[in-house]
Amino acid sequence: MDASVDLAVHSDGEHQRHLLHEMLRIRRFEERCVELYSAQKIRGFLHLYIGEEAVAVGTMQALGPQDAVVATYREHGQAIARGMPMNAIMAEMLGKVEGCSRGRGGSMHLFDRSLNFYGGNAVVGAALPLALGLGLAQKKLGRDAITACFFGDGAVAEGEFHECLNLASLWQIPVLMVCENNRYAMGTAIERALVETDIALRASTYRMPAWSVDGMDVLACEEAAGRAAAIVRGGGPCFVEFRTYRFRAHSMYDPELYRSKEEVDSWRQRDPIVLFTDRLRAGGLLDDEEVAMLEKEVAEEIDEAVAYGEAGHLEPVESLTRFIYSEVAP
Amino acid sequence: MSATMMTEAVVTQMTFREACRQAIRDALLRDERVFLVGEDVGRYGGCFAVSKGLLEEFGPERIVDAPLSESAFVGAGLGAALGGMRPIVEVMTVNFSMLCLDQIMNTAATFLHMSGGSFNVPVVIRMTTGAGRQIAAQHSHSLEGWYAHIPGIKVVVPATVEDARGMLWTALEDPDPVLIFENGSLYNMEGELPADAGPVDIDGAAVRRPGRDVTLFAYGSTLWKALAAAEELAGEGVEAEVVDLRTLRPLDTDTIVGSVQRTHRAVIVDEGWRSGSISAEVCARIVEGAFYDLDAPVARVCSEEVPIPYAAHLEEAALPQPWKIVDAVHEVVSTRG
Repeated sequence: MDASVDLAVHSDGEHQRHLLHEMLRIRRFEERCVELYSAQKIRGFLHLYIGEEAVAVGTMQALGPQDAVVATYREHGQAIARGMPMNAIMAEMLGKVEGCSRGRGGSMHLFDRSLNFYGGNAVVGAALPLALGLGLAQKKLGRDAITACFFGDGAVAEGEFHECLNLASLWQIPVLMVCENNRYAMGTAIERALVETDIALRASTYRMPAWSVDGMDVLACEEAAGRAAAIVRGGGPCFVEFRTYRFRAHSMYDPELYRSKEEVDSWRQRDPIVLFTDRLRAGGLLDDEEVAMLEKEVAEEIDEAVAYGEAGHLEPVESLTRFIYSEVAP
Repeated sequence: MSATMMTEAVVTQMTFREACRQAIRDALLRDERVFLVGEDVGRYGGCFAVSKGLLEEFGPERIVDAPLSESAFVGAGLGAALGGMRPIVEVMTVNFSMLCLDQIMNTAATFLHMSGGSFNVPVVIRMTTGAGRQIAAQHSHSLEGWYAHIPGIKVVVPATVEDARGMLWTALEDPDPVLIFENGSLYNMEGELPADAGPVDIDGAAVRRPGRDVTLFAYGSTLWKALAAAEELAGEGVEAEVVDLRTLRPLDTDTIVGSVQRTHRAVIVDEGWRSGSISAEVCARIVEGAFYDLDAPVARVCSEEVPIPYAAHLEEAALPQPWKIVDAVHEVVSTRG
């Protein structure tokens, strides 16, 4: 695992505060989602990213607007960090037509064409082939772009994972494989699912650069993603295993029978937001007043998003069967 | 030039296989975004020799041999379509497509709707279907009716050389996923094709033989069995209309119902199994749309509900055959209206 990245090489306070701001936006957005879920305004599955924010925020720093992003059903963090308007995301969570998927996707299926954000895919491992195809198109069309594909440790047990790592390497597809190893596939601990739990090691057998990194350290995530993206831009895939942890339950239906409170508490000691805030304070890059300002800014953005979503409209039922096939202009 | 001379000059004879091959070749010549990907499509020349010679003509960037990773290369086809290419993905047989069903069902068919109209997937997936070649239970099934259950994709089944040549063109211009099922028993069939044959529609059925006494609904390989049965019936004075369904989704309800309204009797021929099949769907459409026009119960001739066996006599017994269709028609026309 990489050593903790020295703050001195990232001495740009403005950028540091941006990273913290992004992580806070995701954390507080999801905390508000929990409230809305309890109030039964958000329904269905709600998979929280709380604890894993450093991975999405760090990784997105390595991507440009021309690049494509493919994510999982736990993708609020990726969507926010990619730059999707919080209004459109919240409206989607509330099932409104103003939502980024017009209320047809919900929490698990956030999409944004203008940002090359391809979901929001809820079958574990199934988005890997899609990402390969996007990368293949980028290569065939000679575009100066790469595809980043997020997936979890659960995907490693799927056959598609191995098909795709082999194919990506065989065809030298420009795909950045972002493995978010949060140690649990729903309720199945990684040790109970994989005979070899060093995922980066397994990936390296497919002849691509692969390594693991501390997924609770946003600077380490940013550094690893940047290095990996540079490799991918040079042609061919690269694999980074981000070792992280989900603080909350798998979804709102999960009583967490499969792990101990002590284990969760020990990981909470390494909360990426707390860790980073402390480091910035210690480095003299952040003071209490600035933290309060950031929190206030985030709260206002979320208030605005909730108001926007709640004021949104329901798609008329007459439109139910739209978007089964493309609507071609006559 | 007279019309007669023109016809004589431009009609050519070719196999169904050659029509499929020319369709792919045309597409590659017409649009730089088109590429063919699948197992053994390149050096081997295609498992059924459909893509023979294309690698030599177009090179490995456009005729792409894939490892035996159906989910990965079919999914990559969807992704490449999303990314601006126009891939033709070949799955060796419909039986093997079970290994990429998730990509077709959960991704290709859902993406447009699930994204609120943001992302359409203009991919074409071709696969071989059907029995009749003694290749037993894991290479012979007709599962296109399953796929026709899924909203968000189109399912087309060429039965004629003209459709084999023309459907791919239209499918590639379609903004949404299109599945093309080529019945393996048709590859060696010869047919006539105008040299200037172009795209054909992929949303309607076609009356292949007009008749007044009963309608035979068929598609793919069963079209030819239905036509053979109709010929035999004509000798007995029973004029059967033969409708080629051509597209299983969308199903052309107007043509189906319209034909039954003329003939008042219907026999549906389907190489798929009877239970929960496309033949059941056609029957339901008839009952919904032409119930009071029927002079007899609708009949069906489907495959027997067994995994397709190897031995020739057993396989033959398992499949719809012209004599079974003739028997079914006898039953139906003997019922007084």
